[in-house]
Amino acid sequence: MRASRQETETGTALEVDGLVKRFGDLTAVDGVSLTVRAGECLGLLGPNGAGKSTVIRSMVGRVILDSGRVMVMGQAAGSTAARMALGWVPQELSIYPRISCRENLGSFGRYYGLKGQALKDAIAWCLHWAALEEKQNDVAKTLSGGMKRRLNMAAGMLHRPKVVLFDEPTVGVDPQSRNRIFEMIEALRDAGTAIVYTTHYMEEAERLCDRIAIIDHGRIIAEGTKEELVEGTFGRRSQVLARFAGETEAIEAWAKRHGGRVTTETAEFTIEQAGEIAPLLDDAKKAGLELVDLSLKRPNLESVFLHLTGRELRD
Amino acid sequence: MIALKRDRGALVLSFVLPLAFFSIFATIFGRSGGGTPTVKLIVVDQDHSQASRALVKGLTNESSLVVMTKPEAKSKNAPAPADYTAATAEAAVKAGDAPVALIIPEGFGQHPIAFGPDSGGSTLELLNDQSDAIAPQIVVGLLQKAAITSMPSTMADEGMKYADKYVGGFTPAQKAKVDEGLKALREAEADGKAGAGSGSSGNGSSENAGAGIVAVNERAVVGENKKSPMISFYAAAIGVMFLMFTASGSAGALLDEAESGTLERVLSTRVTMTSLLAGKLVFNTGLAFVQLVAMFLWGWAVFKLDFFSHLPGFAVMGLCTAFAVAAFGMLLASLCHTRAQLGALSTLVILIMSSVGGSMFPRFLMPESLQKAGLLTINAWAIDGFTKVFWRDLPVTDLWPQVAVLLGVGVVLFVVARRVARRWEYT
Repeated sequence: MRASRQETETGTALEVDGLVKRFGDLTAVDGVSLTVRAGECLGLLGPNGAGKSTVIRSMVGRVILDSGRVMVMGQAAGSTAARMALGWVPQELSIYPRISCRENLGSFGRYYGLKGQALKDAIAWCLHWAALEEKQNDVAKTLSGGMKRRLNMAAGMLHRPKVVLFDEPTVGVDPQSRNRIFEMIEALRDAGTAIVYTTHYMEEAERLCDRIAIIDHGRIIAEGTKEELVEGTFGRRSQVLARFAGETEAIEAWAKRHGGRVTTETAEFTIEQAGEIAPLLDDAKKAGLELVDLSLKRPNLESVFLHLTGRELRD
Repeated sequence: MIALKRDRGALVLSFVLPLAFFSIFATIFGRSGGGTPTVKLIVVDQDHSQASRALVKGLTNESSLVVMTKPEAKSKNAPAPADYTAATAEAAVKAGDAPVALIIPEGFGQHPIAFGPDSGGSTLELLNDQSDAIAPQIVVGLLQKAAITSMPSTMADEGMKYADKYVGGFTPAQKAKVDEGLKALREAEADGKAGAGSGSSGNGSSENAGAGIVAVNERAVVGENKKSPMISFYAAAIGVMFLMFTASGSAGALLDEAESGTLERVLSTRVTMTSLLAGKLVFNTGLAFVQLVAMFLWGWAVFKLDFFSHLPGFAVMGLCTAFAVAAFGMLLASLCHTRAQLGALSTLVILIMSSVGGSMFPRFLMPESLQKAGLLTINAWAIDGFTKVFWRDLPVTDLWPQVAVLLGVGVVLFVVARRVARRWEYT
């Protein structure tokens, strides 16, 4: 109980401290620490295999940790109190396909210990929140992809959790349904729910997340608001992206001479002033490289991710 | 094809199943495992004559019979129980201790055999349990054989009497010679050199027991008033087998949930693995019990099974059987990784258990070794229990061995299933 009061006082809803998880010789998660406050949405971004899913499952209490701890509203993850405070929306559609939306929600509501009027109210709220009222009696497997996703989300909300984990909730969803899902998540966040959100879509993270943590090789390599991440990575510099026709080795040698690097066939530099571009291109011409495409842009979250991990988010 | 090749468990089981099943049938019907089934026979000798003792001895020497003249002692240090009487023998048959009891009446030794009907010979009484149609036939056949081989002097003596009566007798010289031969035979019997029987596993039977040289009066002491003698047996036997298929299929929902991710999600709620499995166990027990009710109601409606006068016994046996079968299904499901594996494994195990345990054909038809092996199956205990209820009309209190075994098996299987299910609990 003392821990709960502390969480209320500090506003910390979810705390991950020094999380380590090994699978044999592989260290999947290596000392991850995170906090999420009530009403805050934390984006957890990372390439495939970076350790996101293990971190999420640790928050759910489904991983036996090698060290570290995870606290949900002041309770150890996996405890009954923590489970009741946590909502989890897995990436896979984890609903019963052969029963209706209402029956699905009824089943999960009972798993959370709801019954009677409380269960009816919870189902009604979830159907409204997910805009599935008109489809409540339809069998789940007959729903569209977007509706199934919304039902998948609603099934984790019946007990009105204070912390919600969304694991790539928009995979395979059309733009219209995706927008609807954003509105659902924003409504939760505005109501004071702490949210952890993983995604492969940078624009989702930019729209929904107050803070973003980038994880790679099991470690958090950057954390902060979008602006903090851009500032921390690029400072006041702009980004130059150039594509050339020519031998890869020559392009890489040229980029290296000017403090840049080649990722995904594109040479990347950062500059403080536009005047720095001309000398770069002159040198490229001397090296026998033929310019195909050139762009100058202010760095964004995707630039940060690419710069820090060397990979596109969707790789 | 590719999916089957990659699911090696299912692939192996696809080939193991037919081989295992073939072996069981070959053992039962090919006699490769023990010859004629052994029949337990209670013998009550009320005559205590030389002829009756010789007959009992002849029967005892038959390898296909296990002759019991007294109940088995309950423990090594317990005093030896008294010999069976006609009443205790009948009670033992009713209780299922033996399928047949032979009563050798007082006076048997005076006219032990008869050549043809109305010849004035003694009549033996054969008490039987109608649920085992084979045992009385085996006993009657072997009884005739034992009478011939174990009482040669009596045979000759009676033959002489017939010769006197119908042929007009022998001359004094002939009679003296016959008497000399009879004396030698009696001495040989006394020395044990005659009447030992062949000890073979003969399979003789008698269409009309009264037409043999030993007159036998057969009387059913169990099932004599049943309208449809074997209906209750098959309702239980077939019911249990299909219960097992239903239970394993229903428990397989666990595999679907694991595969779809629903199980992991459920385990992130207030529900623990133990409570989840316990919930499924309760549901599957209920489902199996309802299935049994449907089976017996059908038997009542269509085959005149006397269902409603046995409700308490049915409820006890039905619930215990349903519980054991549900736990069995849970264990099978928790052991498998895919539905294909579960399908193959459950088919293999259930068909083997059903054939050995008596769901496909009565266990009394099987060799002794398989009858004992049958006790390792849920089927055998369930069928025995239902037989006690519907066939022997025994009170519920007499079901305690079956109830104890089925509940015990159910608990053990569930505990093991829970242990195996740990692999789903954590990443």
